Amino acid sequence: MANTAAVRTRRGGGIRRGEARAGWLFVAPAVVITLVFLVIPIMLALWVSFSDWNGFQSPLNPRVNFVGLENYAAITVDSGLDQKNFGISVRNNLYYVLFVVPLQTIIALLLAVQVNRAVLRGRGYFRTAFYFPSVTSTVAIVIVFQFLFTASGAVNAVIGAFGIDGPDWFNDSTGVFHGLLSVVGITQPSGLLAEPGFLGISGWEWLAGPSVAMSSLIMLAIFTTSGTFMLLFLAALQSIGAEIDEAALMDGAGPARKFFSITIPMLRPTLFTVLTLGLIGSWQVFDQIYVLGGTSAGGTISTPAYLAYRSSFVDLEWGQGAAIAFILFIFIIVLTLLQRWALAERGPRRARKKAGLL
Amino acid sequence: MTTVTPSLAGAEDAPKRSFRRRKVLGGRARTAMLLSYLILIGLALIYIYPFIISISASFKTDAEATQDALGLIPQTITFAAYERLFGDVPFPLWAGNTLLISTVVTVGRVFFDSLAGYALSRLRFRGRTAVFVAFIAILSVPGVVLLIPRFLILQQLGLYDTYGGMIIPLLSTAAGVFIMKQFFDSIPVSIEEAARIDGAGTFRMFWTIVLPMARPALVTLFILSFQGSWNELGHFIVSRQSPELNTLTTGVASLVSGQLGSGNQFPLQLAAAVLMTIPVAILFFIFQKRIMNTTEGGEKG
Repeated sequence: MANTAAVRTRRGGGIRRGEARAGWLFVAPAVVITLVFLVIPIMLALWVSFSDWNGFQSPLNPRVNFVGLENYAAITVDSGLDQKNFGISVRNNLYYVLFVVPLQTIIALLLAVQVNRAVLRGRGYFRTAFYFPSVTSTVAIVIVFQFLFTASGAVNAVIGAFGIDGPDWFNDSTGVFHGLLSVVGITQPSGLLAEPGFLGISGWEWLAGPSVAMSSLIMLAIFTTSGTFMLLFLAALQSIGAEIDEAALMDGAGPARKFFSITIPMLRPTLFTVLTLGLIGSWQVFDQIYVLGGTSAGGTISTPAYLAYRSSFVDLEWGQGAAIAFILFIFIIVLTLLQRWALAERGPRRARKKAGLL
Repeated sequence: MTTVTPSLAGAEDAPKRSFRRRKVLGGRARTAMLLSYLILIGLALIYIYPFIISISASFKTDAEATQDALGLIPQTITFAAYERLFGDVPFPLWAGNTLLISTVVTVGRVFFDSLAGYALSRLRFRGRTAVFVAFIAILSVPGVVLLIPRFLILQQLGLYDTYGGMIIPLLSTAAGVFIMKQFFDSIPVSIEEAARIDGAGTFRMFWTIVLPMARPALVTLFILSFQGSWNELGHFIVSRQSPELNTLTTGVASLVSGQLGSGNQFPLQLAAAVLMTIPVAILFFIFQKRIMNTTEGGEKG
């Protein structure tokens, strides 16, 4: 359709004359900026990930050599410190994702359901309160959290009132699961668990759980993102409308039954969006780690995104840094494609279901 | 008076209806309401109280901030932290840099993204679909993997450690182009057609007729761009190294890593956090309704 129209106007000339030129002129700034500062740089970094460039002069100078997959091998299969650092950062981020994604989704949903009540007064104020942390900068939030979670800080003062001796949160490298195991007397790995496993990390280390320091970052993430996701849920809840709620009440469904049998199924598309957006975002955590210095708490808060930065800019292992970035890149792209595929998949199916009902 | 009557009747109707419902549900509904208020107030406190005690602690002495973190009102109110920010710490310089960069980036993004979005929505040219598909693909490039590539290209172009290098890469985003294209797709073409018959040039028409109509989308893009560039950290870490080019985010982050001697210096850090949050907070409160509604509208569409 659009094509035939375009052909017709091009032949006809007249008032659409010059449109093609204007079109390209209009998109030119955006296209040039994207090409020069996004597409070409990614190519350049791809080359660096296959090279032995050490940060000296240009990565394109003739003394830089192509080293094939050496940089990728150094962080994934060759046992050594580089592999161990990468493995630990993957473990840290994995636990971060495992806790952040479900918790932020549940809390955002809870907030949305509470704020959505029709009878509630001052809904706007509550919404503002929950959303405000989402608009502030990560740097400011990290400062606030460091202040709250310091050894003599507000959080420890509050839990101290219940007789609990709080840790020095941001400096405590104890894995939470290790901590729980030590309560029942297990403090050492035995047998296979002590052997170096996937990415050079022993099974015991893989099972450490998020460190106490990482747990503070998990809380920080939930604090800042739940407001954003609350808005997504709120929009979906409002499109469900009150009629269905009332119908459910008339049928004698209790609030819990109504929530699980009606609200949750109707929110499924949004739930899926929130989960995948959370998944994609949580694998990119960088700002918080950078502000905290990255290597504090015994390396238990380092993530692949931070390690890529640190390998390149601090340790001058540019090839390895770029290699980590590309592994992360491909992993996140796969997650994104999965999301798009699933969303596209659901569209027609929903339509079919609707047609079946009619 | 006649105009009042129907609304009065309606008002009379409403309480009757809710009264009936209340009778059906009985006191249990009221208890549930009360409970949900309590939950909400508790949650709201958890979300807001950290900010309140942070503001309060920025007026405390170092010792008091460390020992009595929960205290709402400082025992001795001191402006020492703020005086240091404007004395020992080049905070005004950082703020100036951030203001300059955010302003240029915001104006540039709103302009370039709406130009591109308009062209992709309305103008017919060969390669339009290809450009649009490319932008869609770029949407999924995760920002954090761009840190190393951006540094490499800025160094190649000689833009590293300059305002140009800090600003130009941020001047357009695929997401902004996408928002504007979606918006232009949703408004009717008839007005532009009329202008076109008048013989207005494409850019003049865009500038005088199309942009004023696009105000809602422009405001959305303005908010996103300003907040995004004000809070941007990663790009400013890799695009500069001179202390004179520090922005609020990179400068205040350097305060956290404790470059200013020993001790935790919470009041100083918190004062910096409070001051750097004020502009986005103001923006948020001005456009509160819009911020909350855009997200809703975006999701529904």
